[in-house]
Amino acid sequence: MAVDVSGYRDAIAPLNLGDVSITEVFDPIKPDQHVTQIRIEAQEGDESVTSDTVKAITAALKAFEPSITTPAVESVGPKVSGELVWTAVEAVIAAIVAVLFYIWLRFEWQFSLGAVTALVHDVVLTIGIFSLVQIKFDLAIIAALLTIVGYSLNDTVVVFDRVRENLRKFKKLSLKDVLNLSINETLSRTVMTSVTTLIALVSLFVLGGDVIRGFVFAMIWGVIVGTYSSVFIASAILLRLGVKRDWSKQNPDAGGQYADIDA
Amino acid sequence: MLQIDLWKRIVIWGLVALGLMMALPNGFYTRVETRNDAVVEIEQKGSTPTRVADAALWPDYLPSGLVNLGLDLRGGAHLLAEVQVSDVYEGRVKGMWPTVRDVLRAERDVIGAVRRLESPEDELRLRIANVEAMPRALELVRGLAQPVTSLSGVGSKDLEFSANGDVITMVLSEAEKLVSDELTIARSLEIVRRRVDEVGTREPTIQRQGSNRILIQVPGLGSAQELKDLLGSTAKLEFKPVVGQTRDPQTAPGARNELIPSLDQEGLFYIVEELPVVTGEELVDAQPAFDQNGQPAVNFRFNPAGGRKFGNYTADNIGSPFAIVLDDKVISAPTIQSHISGGSGIITGNFSVEESTKLAVLLRAGALPAEMNFLEERTIGPELGQDSIDAGKIAAIVAAIGVLVFMVLSYGLFGLFADIALVINVALIFGLLSMIGATLTLPGIAGIVLTVGMAVDANVLIFERIKEELKSAKGPARAIELGYEKALSAILDANITTFITAVILFVMGSGPVRGFAVTLGLGIMTSVFTAIFVTRLILVIWFERRRPKTIEV
Repeated sequence: MAVDVSGYRDAIAPLNLGDVSITEVFDPIKPDQHVTQIRIEAQEGDESVTSDTVKAITAALKAFEPSITTPAVESVGPKVSGELVWTAVEAVIAAIVAVLFYIWLRFEWQFSLGAVTALVHDVVLTIGIFSLVQIKFDLAIIAALLTIVGYSLNDTVVVFDRVRENLRKFKKLSLKDVLNLSINETLSRTVMTSVTTLIALVSLFVLGGDVIRGFVFAMIWGVIVGTYSSVFIASAILLRLGVKRDWSKQNPDAGGQYADIDA
Repeated sequence: MLQIDLWKRIVIWGLVALGLMMALPNGFYTRVETRNDAVVEIEQKGSTPTRVADAALWPDYLPSGLVNLGLDLRGGAHLLAEVQVSDVYEGRVKGMWPTVRDVLRAERDVIGAVRRLESPEDELRLRIANVEAMPRALELVRGLAQPVTSLSGVGSKDLEFSANGDVITMVLSEAEKLVSDELTIARSLEIVRRRVDEVGTREPTIQRQGSNRILIQVPGLGSAQELKDLLGSTAKLEFKPVVGQTRDPQTAPGARNELIPSLDQEGLFYIVEELPVVTGEELVDAQPAFDQNGQPAVNFRFNPAGGRKFGNYTADNIGSPFAIVLDDKVISAPTIQSHISGGSGIITGNFSVEESTKLAVLLRAGALPAEMNFLEERTIGPELGQDSIDAGKIAAIVAAIGVLVFMVLSYGLFGLFADIALVINVALIFGLLSMIGATLTLPGIAGIVLTVGMAVDANVLIFERIKEELKSAKGPARAIELGYEKALSAILDANITTFITAVILFVMGSGPVRGFAVTLGLGIMTSVFTAIFVTRLILVIWFERRRPKTIEV
């Protein structure tokens, strides 16, 4: 039996559950499986969807189509889902602050600001695409968001590491040329890593089952945006802010080829 | 020149071998699982031939730690419950009344008569006849307050008294409430664990979350509803003297009495005394049984103290009824026929066999100190879990093959080295996960797949660097060495930043997010280890054997 979304909607309508969203979950790997996701809003006065409500829905659907089963039921109360969003916001802010601090320690504040601008850019774009394609914002998506933060940073830091090295090596070169050179030198690495990560993610997206599809989609998007932002945003901010080039005064030994191996 | 000390080589290969050993049981998951279950069963229930045979499925000298499969992979029920910690205050406050009364009565000639007033649930209010004696009364009752034993509440007392005219109000102090909340949660956790264990499922997760929440995950359970049935009732058992019965719910029960509805007789109410003779806390055992008429019933046994109280009460009150009250409903109100000594008895009522079995389980496990609200529930069918595992496996294999092939295509022989390191890397993650007994969830699998993608990053950094160094026409050995040296800071910085986010995820997240954070964090550690040490070692060994004049990266 194929999925009949409008039929389900009519079957559930008499229960008066308020806002009901019914979506067919499409899994290209298993065309003989028909999965539908039904989401109802929190009912007045209940902290989570009660089993009576779930039973009523199942019964209504069974009456409409006897072969329907409910392999998974999930209920999140308004209290928890409110906290969920807060946790997300807090975690992202905490991660950004921690990273801001770390890069400031290891580089200069201009680098730190550039990296964080790129991060904010990635997070905003990712949340933007969530609302555009209406992905359910759950805990897993928060995880994806934070991984994107980590991944984008990874890329940015590699570029910045090269910038730092080239700033010491080519003291006469203008900042613009140094940035250009550094990005070009690291470009093959940036592309390689993005491609391998994308290979892994795309296979998860296609084959990994529909439970994590939203999560993986977020990650794929994040890898693309993160790669883009570390090349085109973080460095551009760095160029705007300018960098103190006078490394030698602070650290007379710097400039040698081993200077950056201090970690 | 390229050199690695012998002891370093031994340590590196040793760590790799150890990781592989730890990961090995996961390759034979069902087998090792059957064996582990059998070993536990032999320990608990004695050995049978089948159990011994099962236990022999996996040799004892090999590690047998497995990665636990999370709820989303195995199927089961998930529940997030909030304990109503304030429920407890009422009992505490009301329980103080007899003590307070006795203390004040001792100086009756100064204070005058003491009367208890109607009050909100978490307050005790009383009126004294002699207003002038208020300071003395306050002094007396304040003597009852005990110091709070907690770090934050040093110097504060557990009870607070205030006087307003001739009325004394007693409440629990904030510090005492905190202590009480802690106790309530700890006790709830204990009871929940006992009840879930009674059902006998494998590896339930019962965790405290935040200040007053309990997360319960039971793999293999059919639905969250079953779990709610098990945890939804507090199972507070009380034996109370019956004063009378009525059909009018508006009846005023009188001082220190209460009106309790009957469980099975619609419209019937019992007037009983508020203070119970004995409570379920003094039960030591409860078993489902049948009464003399063949009806399902529950046998119970009191501990010595409870038995004595029950015995004395029944001896003094032969001929009068007492009520067996469960969760504020009267199950039955038999008349005391004789002095019941020995501290055991039977509860009869209109039970089915299932109900009496469940009641026995609940009584045995003990009463929950407070009610629980369920904030979140999830049921994952076992087929869905299996689907997820299959899908995850296929995805991981395809991802791995894709990355492996891509690396060889891009870097040739060096790519192959990186691939070996990658395979070791994944095995190490599984080894570590088994070692710390972590739970693998679907987001966790995603974390591993992501690590597969990112693990090559460190190698890519190194190889790209070696390529560059080769251009400046140094010898191959020098180029490799410089490649490693110069890539190191980028590798460390990049991975530390990602690790920071993994740590933050772990600290702030819960459930699935934590699972993801754990695999991501472990993946970062192992990938840095394999990239800096393992591939380097492989490279050095290859280089020593071949001594190539030129190298192609």
